Amino acid sequence: MAKKPRVKLPKKAKAGDMIQVKTLASHKMETGNRKDKKGNTIPRLILNKFTCTFGGKEVFSADMHPAVSANPYIAFFITATASGTYEFTWTDDAGKSMSVSKDIAVS
Amino acid sequence: MTFKKTAITAGLIAGFGLIAAACTQQKEEHMGMGHPYGDEVWSGYATATPETRAMQDDDFENPFMPYVDVAAEIYDSPQGEANKSCADCHGAPDDAEGGPMGIPMKGVGARYPIYDAEMHRPINVELRVNRCRTKYQKAKPFKYESDELLGMTGLVVMQSRGMPRVTTADQVGDELYPAWLQGKAFYYQRRGQLDLACKHCHEDNAMNMVRAELLSQGQSNGFPTYRLKWQKPGSLHRRFRGCNKNIRSIPFAYGAEEYLNLETYLAWRGKGLPVEGPSVRK
Repeated sequence: MAKKPRVKLPKKAKAGDMIQVKTLASHKMETGNRKDKKGNTIPRLILNKFTCTFGGKEVFSADMHPAVSANPYIAFFITATASGTYEFTWTDDAGKSMSVSKDIAVS
Repeated sequence: MTFKKTAITAGLIAGFGLIAAACTQQKEEHMGMGHPYGDEVWSGYATATPETRAMQDDDFENPFMPYVDVAAEIYDSPQGEANKSCADCHGAPDDAEGGPMGIPMKGVGARYPIYDAEMHRPINVELRVNRCRTKYQKAKPFKYESDELLGMTGLVVMQSRGMPRVTTADQVGDELYPAWLQGKAFYYQRRGQLDLACKHCHEDNAMNMVRAELLSQGQSNGFPTYRLKWQKPGSLHRRFRGCNKNIRSIPFAYGAEEYLNLETYLAWRGKGLPVEGPSVRK
């Protein structure tokens, strides 16, 4: 069963405030460096891209590489400007992506 | 001269004999005596780095939680031929009344492993969850160490967080007493190519370094745990198997009686420690 990524950010904020966003995605992050019992390389399968958009505009993004641990935890700060929806997307090597959206009320 | 030498040698031998006898006696006394740590019982939390502790303290950062989320869905959804969910009998995981069956999940993590009258041996949370699945839900049991079972164990144990662990397994006459004795024997039994017993690391050398690792008391109050080295959650039996492999001995199977006995004994060694599971360790 696919595990949903977890995202935490404040529900309310004042305009101009720095808010902390915490994200935790669930992924095996197979590095591509491991071998199975027969000696064959296990193909790489990691989340390689994380983006956070606000109203269709990218506000934060990260490229991930094989050294990133399984179930990557990413925390960052953004400036709250207006009420709206933040969209968080993780994309893996197979092109599959998972996304979560969170609303914020800015006063 | 020769006589003198012989006398000295004889004296030395006698001396060593005495020391050896004293050591054996001391060991036996120790094994028979009360709690091996006295009042100095501490959780593996004490050996964790501040960063790891922060991960455990914040439920959001705790990487175990996605597994618990999945388990919470399974908990609420009907399973197996009986088409019953966990919640149908036990209520919500945090329900203090414990639903129609009156068995709340709170407190389970603090008192397990308990005596199982059907199998005449201790039973832990993992096996108990699977018992419910096969017996009442008529569903397939989860594979030991599968994501679902780990998550479910985490979900159940989590309800007892902060509660002190209780056990009466060390009392003569307690149903768990035979298992406790066997677990104790296991704990002090040297095994493997390195010829080490659990006690050599976790009793004699707790808080000392073994190469780059800081040794803990080997307490079980944080399990199931998310281990950063494993990059996923793990059960107590996985930890036992890891320990056994490290000392070059053949590990027992998941859910083996030897490990259940040891689990019973460890619960007593960590009596009074707060339940921490699901914890995070390096």
